[in-house]
Amino acid sequence: MTLQQAIEKVNADGGKAFVPYIMAGDGGLETLRDTVLRLQTLGVSAIEVGIPFTDPVADGPTIELAGERALQNGTNLRNVIATLQSFADEVTIPLVAMTYLNPVLAYGPNFAKDAYAAGIRGVIVPDMPYEERGIIHSDLQAAGVALVQLISLTSPAERIAKLAAGSEGFIYAVTVNGITGARADFADHLDAHFAKLKEASSLPVLAGFGISTPEQVQRFGGYSDGVIVGSKIVDSIANNDWGTIEELIQASKQLGVK
Amino acid sequence: MTQAGRFGAYGGQFVPETLMTPLIELEKAYEEAKADPAFQKELDYYLKQYVGRETPLYFAERLTEKIGGAKIYLKREDLNHTGAHKINNALGQALLAIRMGKKRIVAETGAGQHGVATATACALLDLECIVYMGAEDVKRQSLNVFRMELLGAKVVGVDKGSATLKDAVNEALRHWVTNVEDTHYILGSALGPHPFPTIVRDFQRVIGDETRAQILEQENRLPDTVVACVGGGSNAIGMFYPFVEDSNVGLIGVEAAGSGVETGKHAAAITGGQKGVLHGAYMYLLQDENGFVQEAHSISAGLDYPATGPEHSYLADIGRAQYVAVTDAEALEGVKLLCATEGILPALESSHAIAYVSKLAATMDKEQIVVICLSGRGDKDVHTLIDALGGGKQ
Amino acid sequence: MEATEKRGFFGEFGGSQVPADLQKVLDILEEQFYHFKDDEEFNKELNYYFTEYVGRKSPLYFAENLTAKCGGAKIYLKREDLNHTGSHKINNVLGQILLAKRMGAKRVIAETGAGQHGVATATVCAMFGMDCTIYMGAEDTKRQALNVFRMELLGAKVVAVEKGQGRLKEAVDEAFADLVENYDHTFYLLGSAVGPHPFPSMVKHFQAVISKESKEQHLAKEGKLPTAVIACVGGGSNAIGSFADYIEDKEVRLIGVEPDKAASITEGRPGDLHGFRCIVLQDEEGNPLPTYSIAAGLDYPGVGPEHSYLHTIGRAEYVTVSNEEVLEAFQTLSKVEGIIPALESSHAVAHALRLAPTLSTDDSIIVNISGRGDKDVEQVFNMLK
Repeated sequence: MTLQQAIEKVNADGGKAFVPYIMAGDGGLETLRDTVLRLQTLGVSAIEVGIPFTDPVADGPTIELAGERALQNGTNLRNVIATLQSFADEVTIPLVAMTYLNPVLAYGPNFAKDAYAAGIRGVIVPDMPYEERGIIHSDLQAAGVALVQLISLTSPAERIAKLAAGSEGFIYAVTVNGITGARADFADHLDAHFAKLKEASSLPVLAGFGISTPEQVQRFGGYSDGVIVGSKIVDSIANNDWGTIEELIQASKQLGVK
Repeated sequence: MTQAGRFGAYGGQFVPETLMTPLIELEKAYEEAKADPAFQKELDYYLKQYVGRETPLYFAERLTEKIGGAKIYLKREDLNHTGAHKINNALGQALLAIRMGKKRIVAETGAGQHGVATATACALLDLECIVYMGAEDVKRQSLNVFRMELLGAKVVGVDKGSATLKDAVNEALRHWVTNVEDTHYILGSALGPHPFPTIVRDFQRVIGDETRAQILEQENRLPDTVVACVGGGSNAIGMFYPFVEDSNVGLIGVEAAGSGVETGKHAAAITGGQKGVLHGAYMYLLQDENGFVQEAHSISAGLDYPATGPEHSYLADIGRAQYVAVTDAEALEGVKLLCATEGILPALESSHAIAYVSKLAATMDKEQIVVICLSGRGDKDVHTLIDALGGGKQ
Repeated sequence: MEATEKRGFFGEFGGSQVPADLQKVLDILEEQFYHFKDDEEFNKELNYYFTEYVGRKSPLYFAENLTAKCGGAKIYLKREDLNHTGSHKINNVLGQILLAKRMGAKRVIAETGAGQHGVATATVCAMFGMDCTIYMGAEDTKRQALNVFRMELLGAKVVAVEKGQGRLKEAVDEAFADLVENYDHTFYLLGSAVGPHPFPSMVKHFQAVISKESKEQHLAKEGKLPTAVIACVGGGSNAIGSFADYIEDKEVRLIGVEPDKAASITEGRPGDLHGFRCIVLQDEEGNPLPTYSIAAGLDYPGVGPEHSYLHTIGRAEYVTVSNEEVLEAFQTLSKVEGIIPALESSHAVAHALRLAPTLSTDDSIIVNISGRGDKDVEQVFNMLK
């Protein structure tokens, strides 16, 4: 099943997708299998697997610090892919790698193929906008890995149309101007923004950046096809606080029931 | 890849999507400003009246004699207000920000030179100014922090990552992403996503434009070789650019070899790095086999950055410019040499260029001409020099 | 005026009260100075270095923000801070070293207090390949270790003078003693518009470039002369250079600004100091009083003879400012114009801040920014934090 199909299936069943973000290697790569499988068991729709990088300019302090811990544990794109591959047959939901571009370039031409073999069905490259995607896009297409496009609040209408048309898997709708991390305030009229995105593409639209509470999951889930929760999940996993994670997942499931 | 903002394969716009629209707006605003004579007139006014341009192209007679080869000229960017070429760009971009209706400026700084230049331009033009600086650098350069504060800027220490320049850039970019509607990011070197490398080069090309006119007037011909130090590469690209089409003028960028390129402790991205993406651009970069960016090492804070700008990367690949590297120890000799022969205390950055020319000029003949971009003065380095060379006699 | 100057007197001030040995040396210097000062080749060379090496001419910058803040006269800043080595000092040392070269000197000596003049002297000596010895009070060498290092980097020999209090005064005495002994091949490069004749006239001559330029620049910008010219006064070299070309223009107010705790002119009376007559801050027995200024360059109990004279005849006004006003001015100029002035120059700025609001918007004043404040940042940091 492709990434798009997996999310569409959740939506077709009347639910909203819930995609947690985890930092690979935070707590050691040996914990990656348990984390992925546990989230899978809790019923998440897909998992965004973050690859640590030395200069994560799109990330806020929580994910940046998790990345620093992962780097100290010796984590890199190569050993994350190898680890994922080692238990790929146990994973039934799609994985989405979130990685900055330079580790991908350093990995070389086999990246897309190896990623697919490790269960990765989508890639998000936060520092590679649509115009620059040529640098890896054809490899990904050939391997069957979706290149997910982020769309921001600052994008004007014609750009939104272009990015939405060009995205694959789903549309990653950035809900704030800024970096990842928990927020108390969001701009008004985000519903209108999401409506525009839905109009521009037949792909599912997932909301991400700053979503950290069950209330926010419900709010954004209300006008999108699902939510991505990053910093809050990363924090909770680091603190072994699975109760919080379950509450967030539960909040998304209630949406579906409505 | 033949998109806008490319120098061959280099450059590009590797930024979060949130920044794409602001970058497109910036490019548009910049193109309009560039075509507007009133903008250029205002910039020229400040460059002349405030910065003190044009700077002399000074024939270094005693340095020439001492080395005993080509005639050596110094382009005196050290005489600019605030003591280096950085102000050319900071002023240009601050004026651009005002034109774009921005109220606030964010900038990164390593040792503090670009921060001071930006804070200066903001004081002059009444813009709010926030400068990100690695926490390590804040400690090492407390006087420059105070200087920026005197100029009304707010200095924010960054204690993430290696707590140095590259982390300050990360944080400045994050700040910009979050406040992009009323904030302009004044990037200090010929780096970053398009259109920054082009904007910075265009605001720094005044160095090369003046030099070209001055040497034609003084020598009635172009120089044989032009030499500049390269960290991110702003003074070098400003100096080189007007000479790029003059194929008989050799262009040499001098990178910081730190303890020696072979030791791994250096900042020579073209000489000892590989191609990669950092801070929005594809360029030569110090990185490991996993694509993780490595820390740079140089005695000169201004060259202590792990990448070299995209246009330099391109000029290196096509062979139009040549890039060499000079160690900390050689750069220190360069300081001593220029002090002793010309009474000019150069910045440690610029001393890399001097050190290289002290070898190069000797191999050239007396009819040949070398121009060095003396990008800044060395007052800021006196503490470093005392530590490295041993202090006074007491 | 020329005739008075030749004898080295400005009214009752100036002159040369030195031992006969030294007088012989000064006579030669006087003769050579008057010979070369209008020499075409000499001035051509001086102008070459002014332009190519120092970076002259320095801008006369219209300080629009500062003017708006004060709300009165237009304020122009004469940017001597942009000179090579960061102050007006280089004008004088360049002029004198060219003279030294023509006089066949192989060796240059100088005194320095905080080190600014020493660094400027060492700079030109390096450039002209001249042997250089700087006398500096032992106390001062300790407090100004960075400048000692800088002078040594420039190839100068720095002699720490242990005698007396180990300050500027002892350094001057030692330099004169050296000159008397070695005058046949040694040139004493004095840093301010003080000392016995012909030094005050010589220093004024080389610093006059400041007012020559500013007059031309002001005329070009405003089509008239300025209402007032303001400069700080310690020994008085930047002030005399800023005033020089306006002295005959009686409608231009000339204002010298002293620190209130080193206010030689404002609070002193005529006396003798370092071989010349001037207004001296002194006690009832005629001993120079201790002075205190946050600006090392203004920390001197005497003042140049021509300033003493201009004060006496009422041609120039001399006022004082407090340390608080100076620090305030230092910060104001930094904040509103992005120019960090030397603490010395901040005295002039402080007075401009008082004067400008009392004048009309048709008036304009020139403030001499004699040097940049980089050297003072650490001191101000310690005072404010």
